[in-house]
Amino acid sequence: MTLASLNLQPVLPEIVLAAMACLILLVDPFMPKRGPSVSYALSLLTLVALFVITLLQMDDSVRMSFGGMVVNDPMADVMKLVIYALVAAVLVMSRTYLRQRGIDKGEYYMLGLFGVLGMMITISSNHLLLLYLGLELLSLAMYAMTAFKRDDGRASEAAMKYFVLGALASGILLYGMSLLYGVTGDLTLTAIADSVAGGEDSLALKAAVVLIVVGAVFKMGIAPFHMWLPDVYEGAPTAVTLYLAAAPKIAALALVMRLLVDGMGPLFSDWQPMLIVVAMLSMAIGNVVAIAQTSFKRMLTYSTIGHVGFILLGVLAGTNEGYAAALFYTIAYAVMTIGGFGIILLLARQGFEAESLEDLKGLNDRSPVMAFVFLLLMFSMAGIPFTFGFWAKLAVLQSIVGIGLWWLAIFAVVTAVIGAFYYLRAVKMVYFDQPTDTSPIQADANVRGVLALSGASMLIFGLYPTGLTALTAGAFGL
Amino acid sequence: MLTSWPILSLLVWLPIAAGLAVMLFGERRANSARWFALIVSVAVFVISLGLIVGFNTQTAAMQFVEHVPWIPAFGINYALGIDGISMPLIVLTTFTTILVVVAAWEVIKDKAHQYLAAFLIMEGMMNGTFAAMDAIVFYFFFEGMLIPMFIIIGIWGGPRRVYATIKFFLYTFLGSVFMLVALIYMYFQSGSFAIPVLHDLPLTLTEQILIFLAFLIAFAVKIPMWPVHTWLPDAHVEAPTGGSVILAAIMLKIGGYGFLRFSLPMTPDAAAELDWLMILLSLVAIVYIGFVAMVQSDMKKLVAYSSISHMGFVTLGMFVIFMIVSNPANTSASGVTLALEGAMVQMISHGLISAAMFLSIGVLYDRLHSREISAYGGVVNTMPWFGALVVVFAMANVGLPGTSGFVGEFMVILASFKASFWIALIAALTLIIGAAYTLWMVKRVIFGEVKNEGVKTLDDLNFREAWVLGVLAFLIVLIGVWPNPLVEVMHASIENLAQQALTTKL
Repeated sequence: MTLASLNLQPVLPEIVLAAMACLILLVDPFMPKRGPSVSYALSLLTLVALFVITLLQMDDSVRMSFGGMVVNDPMADVMKLVIYALVAAVLVMSRTYLRQRGIDKGEYYMLGLFGVLGMMITISSNHLLLLYLGLELLSLAMYAMTAFKRDDGRASEAAMKYFVLGALASGILLYGMSLLYGVTGDLTLTAIADSVAGGEDSLALKAAVVLIVVGAVFKMGIAPFHMWLPDVYEGAPTAVTLYLAAAPKIAALALVMRLLVDGMGPLFSDWQPMLIVVAMLSMAIGNVVAIAQTSFKRMLTYSTIGHVGFILLGVLAGTNEGYAAALFYTIAYAVMTIGGFGIILLLARQGFEAESLEDLKGLNDRSPVMAFVFLLLMFSMAGIPFTFGFWAKLAVLQSIVGIGLWWLAIFAVVTAVIGAFYYLRAVKMVYFDQPTDTSPIQADANVRGVLALSGASMLIFGLYPTGLTALTAGAFGL
Repeated sequence: MLTSWPILSLLVWLPIAAGLAVMLFGERRANSARWFALIVSVAVFVISLGLIVGFNTQTAAMQFVEHVPWIPAFGINYALGIDGISMPLIVLTTFTTILVVVAAWEVIKDKAHQYLAAFLIMEGMMNGTFAAMDAIVFYFFFEGMLIPMFIIIGIWGGPRRVYATIKFFLYTFLGSVFMLVALIYMYFQSGSFAIPVLHDLPLTLTEQILIFLAFLIAFAVKIPMWPVHTWLPDAHVEAPTGGSVILAAIMLKIGGYGFLRFSLPMTPDAAAELDWLMILLSLVAIVYIGFVAMVQSDMKKLVAYSSISHMGFVTLGMFVIFMIVSNPANTSASGVTLALEGAMVQMISHGLISAAMFLSIGVLYDRLHSREISAYGGVVNTMPWFGALVVVFAMANVGLPGTSGFVGEFMVILASFKASFWIALIAALTLIIGAAYTLWMVKRVIFGEVKNEGVKTLDDLNFREAWVLGVLAFLIVLIGVWPNPLVEVMHASIENLAQQALTTKL
């Protein structure tokens, strides 16, 4: 294959993004000292451009390119579109927060964009090495962003922990991949699927499945491999936490989908029981441990662990409906999470981090609109009707009851009821308690705007999720 | 043509949209918020009267039907419709909401706009629950109404409001999630969430029993039945007056409605199999909770327990039908419709009576800020009009002939006789217990010597309060002496339901 015969069009968004990220890297040092406004503007512009390009390229077919290494299917397109929107929202929200803490530097935006590139490569890869490459690019960007406030001991500790455990997870994943390659002799995921479908069951293959599942759920932050998550999310600057918690979960879902479904689909009966176990653990641990938290940030982190357990339910259903449900849930989760951590940004100000649950007290007296947004977000996370989160839970429950695992559905809803307690407690702080801190809320219009948008989307998708369900169903050819 | 209008959608979404709008009024324009809420609630009530006018009492089929695909990916349709069972409950809801809005007029000063918004949103959700013809639409509203109620109890409630409201929320949430799983299971058996389709879905006995139990948890918590009733006294005591009224008058009925709409027609064989359990729990509620009510020193708690006891009649009426048909002494099944109609009338009547009782307690509480029985005494000396009305409500609560409370209980007891003499005897005994605790409370609060300075300075009802309580008293007596129109409205639907409940699905 010569370079001239290569069709670069399928990876146009990735190319544009890489070029723009490098451009920002070059331009930023020459900008006046006032702040990285140019980098910020360019980053947002890039994301908008990517959105348009991906939208134009979208169609219903599965398009392979680069000799089967890159795949562009409806799932990839939908995921990428959502990621652009999420990351743009995160960048818009974090500006003031970063400036107040003296870390509003061009590198933040550059790293953010490289992270997006990593996510996109992960999503579009049909090849073990490419997948690993994308995952590492994303991870490295996230390690650096976590340590962005380099003088802060907590952030540095978080980054160190994240790096070491992330590297361990990558190692496990890579080991699994190498075993898989050893057994099948192939690196392309679709070829591996064909090979394992026909081949016989060997111990090495089983070991490969176990290691890959462990590596993937490690990256996703699923119990019992979740221990790094609370420390990292709590230690990182909140703006970074916002980035870490939202969009990369979509890439993590893609990682699981590509490896387990596309690559090892025929081994469904091997990995499904493992996912059942970790999903149950995740829902139970996430929702129970969250009750004991006094830090709002940690509480949301444990709630994340519970949510990814629910997302796995959709994957382990092993049906297209289930995958669509998992994607739908992930999108709902990401929007809710932006809102949830966004509330911390809303309450924070120069020299003050609003990370404790106590800081939420009396928000209804300080800002009724933001309190209502918060109410919608919390009830959505709890999965109460009239909010986005209800349909997300319904979708995954429907998919697992559909394959006859109704006892798992009962387990899931019981953990959801347990989880409802701490969401209610947070709502109680906002609505029923007197404010301990009566100073006016200083957050800028950007933060308020994105929060209002996420709150509104809870209600809008809570009442009319039809368009989004059609989109996620379409992503899996339904 | 009246029926071509989407009346049901209006009844659901107009209050919800108006509620969201009221929220925007802000603290400073509380008065305009009050007028706006009143206008909307009256308008919704007038629209709901359209249901009565356009209702065809000859058929058991769904009327005012609306059907649009909602979420095709999940197989959910936005399907609404009413029959003779749901129509009276919707009208009761729209009527009670007006009372609540009026009763809050000067009483709720803190964040009045949010208070009214929560009640309007509640109203829409409750109407949606009664009108839903799709199981997920039902669940959507059934569970959605927890949000406003949580807020109502939590913000405007009494001292232990946080405990009460979280308990209320978690209890009902835990109850309903099992129902959700059961509904999804039935979806995969039938391929549809449409309630009429689920009515016809054949299920094995094991499936039916599991589904019945899932429904039972959901509705037993809501109605509430002994022994999952413990959230109710807490929630009632701590809730503001309006919250108690809506809880007792409407939300408890949703549990009863659920039994009629889901349990009986969808799992008839399981219901027949487990009728002993339901009758037993009902009798425990009627008798034991009646005794518990007697020892309460808090007026609201007393009425709350009396609600549970009265709801025991509702569940007794619903499940005694299986014993009626299995009793060889009965040649006709006429007792079946009698029992079900009795349960329905009891629900409507209890909606009015409990609303009246809680509003009366609210009247006293607004003046002296105490719900303790011992804080009052001789109220009739300073509030003669109030005293007179309370006696009417108390008589209705006791089930005195001529009041609505008599009709439902009498029908249920009469039907129980056809099932078993002993059940009827035990149920009838409660009339004595009910009389004891209600009249004893009235004696201690209303009559007797003026106990303290506070009671001496009480003002009688103002125009607003007199209007609210007067309308309720009128309706209670009206249904008591002339229940026929109400029974006629539901008759066709009840007969159809009885047939569904008594036809085996195996």
